[in-house]
Amino acid sequence: MTTMLLANKDLEVDAEGFLTNPAQWDESVAVAIARDVGIATLTDRHWLVVKFMRERFLTTGTAPSIRTLGKESGVPIKELYQLFPKGPAKLAAKIGGIPKPKGCI
Amino acid sequence: MSATTFAPEEVRSAEHEVQAITKVSIIISKGTLEGIYPGLIMVNGARMEGIEANVFFTFFGMDAITKKKMNRIKVATVGNPALGVPALLGVLPGMAAFVTKQMQKKMEELDIPPIPEFIQLIADSGAKLYACKASVDMFGLKDEDFVDTLEGILTVGEFYEKAAGGQIIFT
Repeated sequence: MTTMLLANKDLEVDAEGFLTNPAQWDESVAVAIARDVGIATLTDRHWLVVKFMRERFLTTGTAPSIRTLGKESGVPIKELYQLFPKGPAKLAAKIGGIPKPKGCI
Repeated sequence: MSATTFAPEEVRSAEHEVQAITKVSIIISKGTLEGIYPGLIMVNGARMEGIEANVFFTFFGMDAITKKKMNRIKVATVGNPALGVPALLGVLPGMAAFVTKQMQKKMEELDIPPIPEFIQLIADSGAKLYACKASVDMFGLKDEDFVDTLEGILTVGEFYEKAAGGQIIFT
């Protein structure tokens, strides 16, 4: 188990920096991870996606696919990629403090 | 030819120097369901990793972006031994439709979109869609036969220009 010091917390993370214990997450962690992946400011639209991603994972045990994200998060696909150019599902999961999505879609 | 032996630590350090993929151009050349999906999944997967992606549709692969055909893509039930359907049953009327329906049901469960929706999704994700000029001419197709998200019709030479600096994958 690797730990990473971020937002004054010792966070348990995997090799790619995804939190392995979602309970360690809070909004200050999200802001710090976002900066780390090149998103200087989290707008309301970012938060909408991040929180949708996190809640869906916590209730179902799986992170939603990009398709579901586009249909149900309230943010369409085009905008998802504008908000998270390096990969919406992956980055929203990372910022939302949940494990890296495992699906291919 | 003499074989070179590397110590494990040399191999590992060589692995660390491997560059990440930042751009892919995927060619889709087949018009069956099983011929089209792998390419679309790879394009979508590339964009989800933040990798720049082009898709070049050629020959029957163009059915995936042809408005009149994209809704009617079928699994090949003839000449497809991996399917496990006996050759003589594969030719029966309705067999392709039946097998296709079963596969679509399974894909829906896995949240894999139908082809028209998938094409829209990858276009919205920023992947660039192109049709092959030689195939377009051969099949007598026009711009308006294709989905609106088509970026353009390219010659092979133009495709290589677009693909410059990335990996090319043929499916």
